[in-house]
Amino acid sequence: MFKVIEGLKYSKEHEWVKVEGDRAYMGITDYAQKSLGEIVYVELPEKGTVLAEGDTLGVVESVKAASDIYTPVSGTVADINEELLDSPGNVNNSPYESWIAVIELGNVNELDTLMGAGEYEKFCEEEED
Amino acid sequence: MKRTPLYAAHVKLGGKMIDFGGWELPVQYEGIIEEHQKVRNAAGIFDVSHMGEILVKGPDAEGFLEGLVTNSILKTKENQIVYSPMCYPNGGVVDDLLVYKYSREYYLLVVNASNTLKDFDWLTENKGGQVEIDNVSENFVQLAIQGPKAESILQSLTDTDLSGIRFFHFLPQTLVGGFNAIVSRTGYTGEDGFEVYLEAGSGEALWNRILEAGKEEGLVPVGLGARDTLRFEAALPLYGQEISGEISPLEAGLERFVNLGKDGFIGKEALQEQRDKGLKRKLVGFEMVDRGIPRSHYEVKLNGKTEGFVTTGSYSPTLKSNIGMALINSQYAIEGNEIDIEIRKKCARAKIISLPFYSKKYKK
Repeated sequence: MFKVIEGLKYSKEHEWVKVEGDRAYMGITDYAQKSLGEIVYVELPEKGTVLAEGDTLGVVESVKAASDIYTPVSGTVADINEELLDSPGNVNNSPYESWIAVIELGNVNELDTLMGAGEYEKFCEEEED
Repeated sequence: MKRTPLYAAHVKLGGKMIDFGGWELPVQYEGIIEEHQKVRNAAGIFDVSHMGEILVKGPDAEGFLEGLVTNSILKTKENQIVYSPMCYPNGGVVDDLLVYKYSREYYLLVVNASNTLKDFDWLTENKGGQVEIDNVSENFVQLAIQGPKAESILQSLTDTDLSGIRFFHFLPQTLVGGFNAIVSRTGYTGEDGFEVYLEAGSGEALWNRILEAGKEEGLVPVGLGARDTLRFEAALPLYGQEISGEISPLEAGLERFVNLGKDGFIGKEALQEQRDKGLKRKLVGFEMVDRGIPRSHYEVKLNGKTEGFVTTGSYSPTLKSNIGMALINSQYAIEGNEIDIEIRKKCARAKIISLPFYSKKYKK
């Protein structure tokens, strides 16, 4: 089974978003890390990069493959989690603490298109069938 | 999609099934890295029933095969196995295969799953003399038991003394777990181990019996993911990556398996010319200096110019670093040289190192 946390927003691409004021922490969900398998490399964006909704925020790589992470909301990269460069396995061990980047939100309304915890849980269950 | 007779067993064990060249096979059970370590330190069992088996028999079988494979089989003894590429006239590789010699008139070829039909057609097109060719792939389940504990685990299921089977030798009729099987000391992991071929209908029963027998010694089922990282660390070539219709065995560093001294075989002239003129491309191993994981088909750059491509790249569970093999312009194929790997449009520095990355632990 996979863990979903109340209070976060979720995208259909299995990213989570934690909003604090006009900033948002982003990472990949427990469901995502489970289906990717052991993560051995995380590529982070550069600070200051301006991203449109759907742009590549970073890349997570398992032994087998590289998967892009897309930002579900637009904005500017305000911070990156450099700890993941040396400890990519943190994404497996604690996906909801292993944020990849912080985005300064460009358009707060975009958050409305994301799912809540309950809705996301259902979405994953349907994907599994 | 095609399934091996062990499909249900994989699902039951929690195997994550993927499409592998038209075959529905497990890429992993518990996790690629864990399975990989288990094979290096204890033992693993693999379902490799997708591999193709082709029988070549008849009074002219030996001469016919000798004219198709680049290695020589003339000095091969009965119950011995030869690894060889099989080439097109231009030196590109049709496939790489194992030739199991029963006698000068009876050989079993074990070929790559996705090449089975192509190989069968190629053999048939080039058929000469009194030879019969049969694709018997459907008849067999093939299990690979690999790792330092492989012999003792398998030994507990048979009265035949397995220590008597030397590397690249086989016994055609051996009782294992009560089933009649071909047992060879071969594999694709860089470890000691065996491959067992038996009648398809008994495959699942033997699979379960081996899993049970190996439990205490740490045997686990292993998927295609670890199969690839294991063979890659040992620098064993994979068809479609290190060798292909466009890459010759000499370019891939397989000259040990190309006998240019023997009489005519398909591809000899082209390979001879490549060797005489000097190879334009060579396969090298490299380790990343910068961050990033190299992957197949990424470009190799030198001073901004493309000078080759990555054939296989991965995180190495044994070395715990990011490494790769690449086919590059031979003028740069020198150990210690630095090259750039283009990863998502950015160049990352790598250093050429010697192959294999992992020294093979074969029992000779």
